[in-house]
Amino acid sequence: MFLLRRDLLLALRNRAEYAMPLLFFVLVITMFPLALGASPELLARIAPGIIWVAALLAAMLSLDSIFRSDFDDGSLEQILLSAHPVAVLVLAKVCAHWLVTGLPLLLVAPLLAEMLGMPGAAQATLLLTILLGTPILSLIGAIGVALTVGLRKGGIILSLLVLPLYVPVLIFAASATENAATGFDPSAQIYMLLAFLFLATSLSPWATAAALRMSVS
Amino acid sequence: MRNDRLLFEHLDIGLEAGQMLVVEGPNGCGKTSLLRILTGLRLADGGEVLWRGEPIDRLAGDYFEQVNYVGHHDGVKHELSCLENLRLARAMGVPSQLDLDDVLERVNLYAYGETEAGSLSAGQKRRLALARLIATDAMLWILDEPFTSLDKASMALFSGMFEQHLQQHGVIVMTSHHDISLPTQALQRLQMGMAS
Repeated sequence: MFLLRRDLLLALRNRAEYAMPLLFFVLVITMFPLALGASPELLARIAPGIIWVAALLAAMLSLDSIFRSDFDDGSLEQILLSAHPVAVLVLAKVCAHWLVTGLPLLLVAPLLAEMLGMPGAAQATLLLTILLGTPILSLIGAIGVALTVGLRKGGIILSLLVLPLYVPVLIFAASATENAATGFDPSAQIYMLLAFLFLATSLSPWATAAALRMSVS
Repeated sequence: MRNDRLLFEHLDIGLEAGQMLVVEGPNGCGKTSLLRILTGLRLADGGEVLWRGEPIDRLAGDYFEQVNYVGHHDGVKHELSCLENLRLARAMGVPSQLDLDDVLERVNLYAYGETEAGSLSAGQKRRLALARLIATDAMLWILDEPFTSLDKASMALFSGMFEQHLQQHGVIVMTSHHDISLPTQALQRLQMGMAS
């Protein structure tokens, strides 16, 4: 889709801005071994939690960029007045957002998991939860951004609005990884995440489109 | 209504193909609000906007296809080149017959095709925004102060473009503080005052 291509192109030309959340993600995680001292067992046990909370915060940081610049320069009005259904365009924008913010997290996660000493079986599950979970973060976040983009200082409200909605993803993702680490079967949690993903993909674009209309008027 | 202030009521205007409506009035009297209601970006608190006899909220995409809106913001992406901006505009609407190079030629931006829009001057960005009008094929043009930051030559250029659009049975609704020279039979004026 043309809008997907446009957003990827914009991201390419604003590389520095989009690299920030990724750097933040890596930095936050490297802080933990420094703060907790040298106890490999402890680190390995809390690693899934650390990685997931850091991923959540990194996603939060990058959310505003989905619609902010389009709102400021008037492109958002043009998108709303386009002949195509707004929900489809929103989905394209969220896809682009995930490709530039979620996918890099997935790529560096194995390194960080190894650094924290996570067992191999748990690592595979962790990656799977990140693969399924980060698109949900982008999709839910898009609704929040659409609601707050019209406000001058929307940042704090955005996090208050969106973080509670991230809780289910966090719970199931962390517990799936936990299960895998202790040798149990994580598939129940994985299926739940998959269900969340389908639900978010089908509903969030409509909600986001409606919220954008409200913010622009 | 905006911020609980009544801007206008009992407004009943009809426009036919080939006609132009110029909305005039002091700052803050609701010109922009009226225009945004006409585009469907804003909902009126009462009343409805009809396009060919049907309310626009029911037509949705079929109406947006026919509308080209240039508001206060240019809607130009600074990181993209002029050509990329226009290509995007075409992808979102109905592309016109004109070649994109010709479009840029018409608004005197031919030399800037590959230039990033962010490095253009305010007037050039405005011209690029208005170039969307001929890059896509829409019947109704809704323009909010189209002449902002344009020089005299460009104003004449776009007045000519508007005239041509009217001759091709297009419809234009615009606000402007500038005087525009157009044949009077095609021109309706709406004078808005400050409601208390």
